[in-house]
This record gives sequence, structure tokens and C-alpha cells, in this order.
Amino acid sequence: MSWFAKAGACLVAGMLAMVAVAASAQAPVEVPFFYPVAVGGPITKIIDAFAADFEKENPGIKLRPIYSGSYQESIAKALTAVKSGDPPVTSILLSTDMFTLIDEDAIVPFDDLIKTADDKAWLKSFYPAFMENSQTGGKTWGIPFQRSTVVLYYNKDAFKEAGLDPNHPPATWTEMREYAQKLTKRDASGNVTQWGVQIPSSGFPYWLFQGLAIEAGVNLMNQAGTEVYYDKPQVVEALQYWLDLVNKYKVHPPGIVEWGTTPKDFFERKVAMMWTTTGNLTNVKNNAKFDFGVAMLPADKQRGSPTGGGNFYIFKKSTPAQREAAFKFIKWVTAPERAARWGIDTGYVAVRADAWNTEAMKKYVAGFPAAAVARDQLPYAKAELSTHDNQRVTKALNDGLQAALTGTKSASQALKDAQREADRLLRSYK
Amino acid sequence: MTRTREWVYAWLLLLPAATLLALFTHYPAIANLWHSFLSTPKAARPAKFIGLENYRALADDPIFWQALTNNLWYALGTIPLSIGIALAMALWVNRRLPGRGFLRLAYFTPTVLPMIAVANIWLFFYTPGYGLLEQITHALGFGSHNWLGSPSTALPALMVVTIWKESGFFMIFYLAALQSMSPHLAEAAAIEGASRAYFFRRVTFPLLMPTTLFVLVNAVINAFRLVDHIVVMTRGGPDNATSLLLYYIYEIGFRFWDSSYAAALTMVLLVLLGAVALFQFFFLERRTHYQ
Amino acid sequence: MNAYAISPLARGLETFGAWALGLLWLLPLAYAFWTAFHPSAYSTNFTLTAPLTLANFVKAWQAAPFARYFVNTVILVTMVLAAQLVLVTLAAYAFARFDFPGRNVAFALVLVQLMVMPDVLIVENYRTMTQLGIKDTILSIGLPYMASAFGIFLLRQTFKTVPRELDEAARVEGCSPLQTLWKVYVPLAKPTYIAYALVSISYHWNNFLWPLIITNSVESRPVTVGLQVFSATDQGIDWSIISAATLMTTGPLLIAFLLFQRQFVQSFIRAGIR
Repeated sequence: MSWFAKAGACLVAGMLAMVAVAASAQAPVEVPFFYPVAVGGPITKIIDAFAADFEKENPGIKLRPIYSGSYQESIAKALTAVKSGDPPVTSILLSTDMFTLIDEDAIVPFDDLIKTADDKAWLKSFYPAFMENSQTGGKTWGIPFQRSTVVLYYNKDAFKEAGLDPNHPPATWTEMREYAQKLTKRDASGNVTQWGVQIPSSGFPYWLFQGLAIEAGVNLMNQAGTEVYYDKPQVVEALQYWLDLVNKYKVHPPGIVEWGTTPKDFFERKVAMMWTTTGNLTNVKNNAKFDFGVAMLPADKQRGSPTGGGNFYIFKKSTPAQREAAFKFIKWVTAPERAARWGIDTGYVAVRADAWNTEAMKKYVAGFPAAAVARDQLPYAKAELSTHDNQRVTKALNDGLQAALTGTKSASQALKDAQREADRLLRSYK
Repeated sequence: MTRTREWVYAWLLLLPAATLLALFTHYPAIANLWHSFLSTPKAARPAKFIGLENYRALADDPIFWQALTNNLWYALGTIPLSIGIALAMALWVNRRLPGRGFLRLAYFTPTVLPMIAVANIWLFFYTPGYGLLEQITHALGFGSHNWLGSPSTALPALMVVTIWKESGFFMIFYLAALQSMSPHLAEAAAIEGASRAYFFRRVTFPLLMPTTLFVLVNAVINAFRLVDHIVVMTRGGPDNATSLLLYYIYEIGFRFWDSSYAAALTMVLLVLLGAVALFQFFFLERRTHYQ
Repeated sequence: MNAYAISPLARGLETFGAWALGLLWLLPLAYAFWTAFHPSAYSTNFTLTAPLTLANFVKAWQAAPFARYFVNTVILVTMVLAAQLVLVTLAAYAFARFDFPGRNVAFALVLVQLMVMPDVLIVENYRTMTQLGIKDTILSIGLPYMASAFGIFLLRQTFKTVPRELDEAARVEGCSPLQTLWKVYVPLAKPTYIAYALVSISYHWNNFLWPLIITNSVESRPVTVGLQVFSATDQGIDWSIISAATLMTTGPLLIAFLLFQRQFVQSFIRAGIR
């Protein structure tokens, strides 16, 4: 080719390249993310609204929220996607899935993305209780978003009938037992028509049991997720307290108490006090045809509750641009006003202190004080049980708790067996 | 047509079905055996050959033994009862009792409903305190009982659900067989002076043997295959009292993601089903009476 | 069987027994109807004067994409049935009317699937689907079931009863084996086809565990999985809404059965399934 032609060709090529670069720079960054729905309410609508608002403020980013079912399904879906090489950029998954995701090499820590002083302040603004399940090995792997704790709901009308002060829920183990004794009603043939208290034990009894254990002074695992303490004396003591409610004082239904029907039991006045998630607040408000109250869990040596719910994680197989975009979204959606909005609309506990100080939240709490109980309990809340090989290690405890509650094993035997099984499973992670 | 052409034609006809069968039945069975000798791959550690280690773990696993025993009890509890009830249903519907159309409908409806849908309803039946069963037992003066929440009654409670679901399906097969039995047989026997019970025992029942065998095969397969209700009602609890083999495989394979251990467990299930198949086709086959 | 005269007492007892069993058997469905049409508060409280409502159906419909689940299920069931009919017809024809080396071995291998259904091979089939790259699609739900040993077994039996004269007559007229199949065998096996289709449809409509494992998204989930996902929230069970959802999802099958139950039973009888 002549010199001219070559120069001309280079110029055209160069211009095309520039156009291409400009175009790709303007092509929106795609951020698909999975989100589960575990409580009632129009979650999908709210998430879609968040996505739309965020995109308006950030035109270069395209969010793709993908509804992924329950927490169980979401982690399954996420892991499957990771294994087939096609994961989302970010996802809301259980805070306890952290170790599983790390072991599968699926996620990256947030520390590389948190650079400015503002970002560091933002990270510090989350309640420490929620951060416990989000950090390990000195790094932050998850950001709290939809979190909960266990609380005690109680039937104020039943309290009045039993001669108890409806504005004074039980504050200690002894009080809970005594109140339950007064609240348990029996009919002429000796059958119970109303139980004093019930703590669900189907499916995932470990979560509610953790409340008792923390109150007895000990949490069930270390922060590295490599050790569990199922058979420490305080933990045995906690289980014994639960068993005594069933067997000795007979104020708690025998056998396994079904999680799914516990709220219904409460509405039907088959039980006067129940332990369940704050996520049930709206459900109880809508369906209890009597005056009810919400209280922190009673103290033994201290108050306590496990946290629950989901965090945001960022997946490894994503471009730096996608990670930045996802991080931006996560910061945006956990801003105080939005965290407050999310808490009010869904019943989850707003994850940062300044969210509780927004106008909207203050008004909400003024009209519905029960909503603030979960927040007031946060200083006493501790990390939810989470270790490597989480599902199996947790199952060992679940089985033990169920064995003890059905009378198949004693408290100490059940917990010792669970500890042995867990040690065996965790050996390769130490 | 020539031998070769016939041969080629036949295999071409078989090809589509054979491919799919090989891909989703025979290949998985063999691949499963191979995978049970490997370890589960994790992100950093690829699968490696570990020989019989999974099987050793299996032998030491109390939950496996429990699931196996549960499944055997479950089979024993559901199969004879559902077949017996199905036979009774078929006899009744066949006997021109008043309202047999309604009866047939009532007996067969459970089969049409998905197990997962009815499991929630049965959950209500068994709920302590105000569940339907509780309301009935209270009215009769009995005390409260947590059916699904006690290890001793949880599995029987699930057995009831299965029997309820399966009997109607088996009834149809018995009904078909009964209706194709010649009425002359009954007439001849009546003339000869045989009693109804005798007629049933010596004529009807033996003639129904092929159906019984067919239904038995189905019942055994279902006893190992149908675990939907466990997912809804007990999730294997309390303390694995209602864990069945396939449910345990599902837990291990898809909740704990331990695919190689799940493969070993599946081998046990395959061997069990294979043994049952052999038993049924060689022993029982001899004792059936063909017309 | 009226050859025997039955005493009125025996007949009365039998009728009573049969009816008691029938009512017992319908109880769960009756409960579902009760709960679905009454407000939540009456789901455990059986006062006859309770108000009727359709609100549960509305709530259930809005809470999960049941319309999509329905479409998925219909597509799944149709796809599976269509494939099964073609595949089992061809295979049964080969087994029934052709003589070829390895026929008995092949048939034995087919019968293996009677015992070893895809349901028990979930772990391996999941792996296969991943390797084929079709995980989380409606096709992946149905594929393992399309070659149905039960269908082959049944149809082979039926084909074997077709008189050879008809077959030869067709050949004499110049029909190829496939044309003979289409013109002679298939029409004569109609009752079997109907009976088989009914079994297949109800089996796949109600299948749960395998679809649960292999699907992940709303676009491929059938109603059974959708129903379970919908019922399993943290908030616990509201039987009214669950019953409404249950009735919605099983409604089509139930109505079809109610309308066609006579034909249903007849087809089983005429198919000679015994």
C-alpha cells in the first residue's frame, strides 16, 4: 500500500478504536444480584424500587435483582452458579454462610474496596453484633443488610388474667419460669389448654438455643469458625433449663415444637409467651386479636440473643468495575434513611444506629414501641452459630437438642455427643 | 425381511429410548459407583481416589443406620397395609354398593394431589393443641399428643400419610383386574356351595396375584422414592427419627454438598432396590397364578 | 358379583365401612376447601357460620408467580408425554415384533429402570445435567423420564396381543414396518395409551424432589416446587393461604379427574393392566 493509504488506514482504525473505547466506557456496568425473601411483605417490589432509584442516581450502572427463593435456596443457587463459573456479582445470603463461601473460594473481602475515610466510617457505623458474623481473620467478608434477633412475644391479656403486670415482661430465667407457671392453664381433666411458654425446636433449634446459651454466659463457637463449645458447663446448664421447663415445671409443650405453627399457637392462645424472630413482628401485629407485647429475652447471667438474617457478599468472579459498582450500591442501600425504610417495611432490624435516629424511624417507633425492642437488645446480641462445614456442624447440635427435648438423651449426653461429632467435622479446618 | 435388515431396523427403533435410558439410568448407576470411591472436590482440593473410605464412614455413621432402619420399618408399615386397603376398596367399589361412584372418587382423589401440597394439610391434622386430630381426641376425652414431635410416633404418622396417598392408586389396578374376571367363576362356585370367604381365598385372590405382584413392585419403589412429605412435615426430625434413605441422600448431597458421600449412600440404595427386584422377579414370580 | 346372596346385615356393615373409609379419605381435601374459602381466623375453628371469602386466593396468587409455574408445569408435562409416547412406541414395537440378537438382554436392561428410577439417581443426574449445560431448564426436569420403562413394558404387552394376521395383511398391502406400526398397532393400543398418559401426566405434575434439585429460578420451576418455596417462609404457616395455593395448583388435575373419572377407570380396565 502507498504511504498515504497506510496512514489513512491507521487514522480510521484509531478513530474506530476511540469510538469503541468511548462506547464501552459508556456501556453500563452490569451488576446481577440474588436476593432471598424470608419474611412476608412485598419484598420484590421494594427491591425493584431500590434498584430503579439507584440506577437513576448512577446512570452507568445496571442492577439486575434476581429473586432466589429462601435462604437455603439462595445459597444453593449461588454455589451452583459459582461452580458452573457464572456467579452473580453480589448477593444477599445468610451471615452464617460466610465460611462456606470462603471455603469455596467464592467471595472477596471488602477491605480492598474500603479506601476512603468516609468508607471506613461507614463500616464502623454498623452494630457490632451484626459485624460479628461478617468478619473473620481480620477481614470483612459481608455487610449486614437484613438482620434479625430472637425476641419474646407475650400475650398481655393472658398476663392480666393470670394476675401479672402486662407491662412487665419476664426479665430473668427465674421470672420467665414463674410467670409461665402462673400462665399455664389446665382444664378439668388435667390437660393443658394454655402453655406458659414455648421455644420452637423443629428445623433449626440451635438458633433459639443460642439465646439460652448466651444468656448463660457462653457463645457456641469461636470467631475463626474452627471450634465449637457445645458441651461447656454453661451450655449444658442452658439446655437443662429448657428441659426443666418441659419436664420439671411442665410449663412448656413436650416433644418438638414446630417453628412454623408457633405464631399460630400464639394467636390461638395455646401459649402465652413465645420465642421467635423479630421478623414475625408484622405477622403478629396483623393476626393477634389481643393485646401483645414484645420483650428482650430474659437474662440468666446476662441478657443475650443470637443475630440472624442476611449479609451482602461480593463474588470473586467479577471485574473490578463490577465490584466497585456493587460496593457503591451496597453503601447506597445501607445509608441511614434507606436502612430505616427497609426496617420499617419488612420488620428486619435496621442495621446501623444512625438509621434509628432518622425521622421516619423515630415516628415509627413512637407509634409502635415494640419495634424498638430488637434494637435495644442489640448490645447483648452475639454472632449466630457459624463455622466451617456449617450445615453439618449445626446439624450435630440440632440433632442433640432434639434428642434431649424428646427425652432420648440427657442434656449432658446429648451435648457431649454433639461436641464429639462437631470436633470430628472441624478437625481438618484447624 | 432379511435378518440383518430386521436387526438394523430394530436397533434403530430402540435407539432414542436406549440412549436416554443409558444416559439417565445405566450410566449414572455406574458413574455413581465410581464417584463413591473418590473424595468430594472443594474449591482448592480436586477429587482424589480414596478407595473404600466413604463406605467406612458410612458404616460408622449412626444416622445412616437410622435412616436405613427407618426406611425398612417404613416399607414394612406402608406396603402391606396400603395393598390390603386397596384390595378392600376395589372389592367394595366392584360390589355395587350404594354410592360407588362417590366412593371411587373419594378413594382415588389423594392420588391426583401432589404429596407436597397435601403434606401441609396433614401438618395441620397433626398439630398439637388445636390440630384436627387433637380436636377429635379431645372430644373423645383423650389427652394431647405431639404426633410429629415425638420420635416414637413421628414415623408412623408419616406412614399414615403414605398409605392414604397410595391406596387409591393401587385400587385402580385391582379394580381393573376384578372387572375382567369372568362372572361365571362366581356363579359356578356359588352353585358348588362354596362360601364367599372360601371363594375369595381360593379363587379371587390367586387370580389377582399378577396384579398384586405389580402393585407390590410399585409399592416397594415408592417406599424408597417418595420423601416429599418429610421435606415439609419433619425435615428428618426429631433427631433423625423420620430420616429415610433418599432424604438423607438429599441432605448430604444438596444441603451439605458432600457429593461423594452421597454417592456411597446412593449405592446402598441401588443395591437394596436391586436385591428387592431380584427377589420379586425370581421368587414371587414362581408363586403367581396365571390364567 | 351378584352370584352370592349377601345378608342385609353384612351388606349394611360393608356399606358403612366403605363409606366411613371414603369420608375419611376425603377429609384432607375437604379441609383444604374449608380453609381456603374462610378467613385465617377460622382455619382451625370450625364454626359453620363463618364468613366465606376469596381473599386467600387473591393473596396466594399475588404472593408468588403461580401463573408462570402453571405454564412451566403444562409445558413440562406435555413435553414429557409427547416424548414418551414416541419413544416407548418405537421401542415397544421393536421388542414386540422384531427378533434380533441381544433382545432379551436389552429388555432386561430396560426393566432395570422400573426399579432404579431417575428419582434415586439425583446426585449423578444433577452432575450430568451440569455437564450437558442444561441445568435449571424445563428440559432438564423432563429428560431423565422420557425413556419410560413402564411405558415400554406396558405397550410391549399390548402390542403382543395384536393378531399377527393384521400385521401380515398390512405387509401384503406394501406397508413398511413403520407404516404398519402407525396403521395397525397404534390404533389398537389406544386404551393403553390413554391409561399410560393419565399415569404419566399425574406423575409429572406431582413430581417434587428432582425438580426441586435441578431448578433454581421462576422460569423453570413447576407448581410443586413453587408451592413449597411459597410455603416455607420464616414467618410460619398460614393454612388459609397455603390451602388456597394448593387448590389453585391442583385444581386443573382435580377437575379433569372429576370430569373424566369414568373414562379414567375404563381405560385402565381396557388396557388390561393387571
